[in-house]
Amino acid sequence: MFLQLVANGLVTGSVYAIAAVGVSLVYGILRLVNFAYGDFMAFGAFVAFGVNGPLHQSMVVAALAGMAATAALSLVLDAVLWYPLRVRRAGFMSLFLASIGLALVLRQSLLLAAGSAPRSYRVNPYRVFVLGSVRLSEAQVIAIAAAVVTIVVVGLFLSVTTWGRVLRAMADDRALAAVAGIDIGGATRLAWIISGLLAGLAGVLSGLVEYSFDPNFGFQLLLPVFAAVVLGGIGSAYGALLGGLTLGIVQEVSTWSGFAGGVNPVYKPVVAFSALALALLIRPQGFFGQARTG
Amino acid sequence: MNVLASGGFWAFVGVVAGIYTILSLGLQVQFGFAGLLNFGQVGFMALGAYTMAILVVKEGWSMWLAAPLGVAAAAVGGLLLGLPTLRLRADYFAIVTIAFSEIIRYVATNETSLTGGSQGTIALGRVGTASQYNGEWTTFQTHLQRTLGFSSADATMLVIVWAVAVVLLLLAWLVLRTPWGRVLRAVRDDEDAAASLGKNVFAYKLQALALGAALAGIAGLFYAWEFSFFSPDDFEPLLTFFAWMILLLGGLGRVWAVPVGAGVFGFIFAGTRFLNFPPFTWVASDERAYIRLIIIGLIILVLVVLRPQGLLGNRREMVLE
Repeated sequence: MFLQLVANGLVTGSVYAIAAVGVSLVYGILRLVNFAYGDFMAFGAFVAFGVNGPLHQSMVVAALAGMAATAALSLVLDAVLWYPLRVRRAGFMSLFLASIGLALVLRQSLLLAAGSAPRSYRVNPYRVFVLGSVRLSEAQVIAIAAAVVTIVVVGLFLSVTTWGRVLRAMADDRALAAVAGIDIGGATRLAWIISGLLAGLAGVLSGLVEYSFDPNFGFQLLLPVFAAVVLGGIGSAYGALLGGLTLGIVQEVSTWSGFAGGVNPVYKPVVAFSALALALLIRPQGFFGQARTG
Repeated sequence: MNVLASGGFWAFVGVVAGIYTILSLGLQVQFGFAGLLNFGQVGFMALGAYTMAILVVKEGWSMWLAAPLGVAAAAVGGLLLGLPTLRLRADYFAIVTIAFSEIIRYVATNETSLTGGSQGTIALGRVGTASQYNGEWTTFQTHLQRTLGFSSADATMLVIVWAVAVVLLLLAWLVLRTPWGRVLRAVRDDEDAAASLGKNVFAYKLQALALGAALAGIAGLFYAWEFSFFSPDDFEPLLTFFAWMILLLGGLGRVWAVPVGAGVFGFIFAGTRFLNFPPFTWVASDERAYIRLIIIGLIILVLVVLRPQGLLGNRREMVLE
């Protein structure tokens, strides 16, 4: 039972981790806590649904389409919304409130376009893999595999490639990076593209794992993802990965009956926040965060 | 469009604007005076409303005793939230406060024996009986209505809400002019400078947070009285965002900008309920509800981009950073 919960936690945590990296990357570059990120995920999930359902494409094609569409949406929004705010040197507060307004517009537009009925991808939810005492559905296996691939790819990208170093340099010290001749505009667009791809992926995976989803599901995911980002230290991509996996596992394992009878599963989100509060008391800047923003 | 001509409708808009004025005044104290990014304001509202309803129905308290306790519960909630979190960076604080209000909502939804669960306060009492907490309020309101010679309960509520709101606005305005209020603004403008003058920055922030929370608690009481029954779904984060929008609409750092923002918001919020003219009539009514929120989201965006100090704000004193 315990191992099963750890495995479930790994699945939940994988989705959180992928999304948390997306939030964290954009924060590192733009100092934007993107409240609309949950609705980006829902957008990706619904584009994939459209490609998978009505258009009868395979799940892989659908997932890629969802990711690409979310990246495209992120780029468009950068041009029409975030760029004007950057030009005005808007601070954290303006950006955060703007993202709240954007979240409202996106989610309600999605509701308007897709309706509030729950949707499911055309996948077989009954195919199960057995590994010792652990049983995982196909969707769960896909989620873990996708997370592993994503973690390796994003990790390599950030540590080895020039653009990855550029993004990390900008997250460290934006002014210094600009002085060093880094193409700020290009790096910003790149961050949005990666963040959008990750949002689409996290949305599709979450839709697969949960099996059914509606336009509101992105927002329900948002707070645990934020908790993961804060836990890891805002702006640190590696921290976001670790924060996401930690939260996912803590959430699931907390319901284990061997753990003081186990927490009622309805309180899983509360467990995530309590874990966050506890971690912040010990380390106020998160796992890898900076104590002060520069 | 004949609904727009009815007095009852406008009284309702006015009552909603009054409740939001009190809620947003709390944010003005926290953000406009002290620079705190509280995004969990609706949680304090829920604390106030639920504490009162539970004490009346379950403990048989008089509502007039339970109501101040509801406000106290909200203030204590502010203190308890602030103690571990006020030392966090502003962005972390914003996220943690949203999480706080969501925890309150989860607990209210799932602790059915305490709060009535997702059915709301109607299920507070014994099984099979619809419980009520506002009997004394209705009596008071009817009495007042007769004394004032008003024809409708809505108009009476409008007068009560705004009388309280004006008193609270006046108090906030006065408090801002005390030495305490000046230190608070100093903390907002330059924390390190205030600390170097020997001011206990943490204590000032904590007091501002608790004060704003108490105001949200009062807004919660009025919400409870106006709607008679409420459920956890009435306290979604969306309400906090509405309150922030009001703050932005009115202007930052200004007490009297709050009711202006709330009035404009009440008009937009209630007004967009009646989008019954083309092109909106081309879509079903539930879809018009989505359009309403899209419009509100767009207004937030336009304000942030074009007028970051709010309609009445003073650009030199405070701009949204």
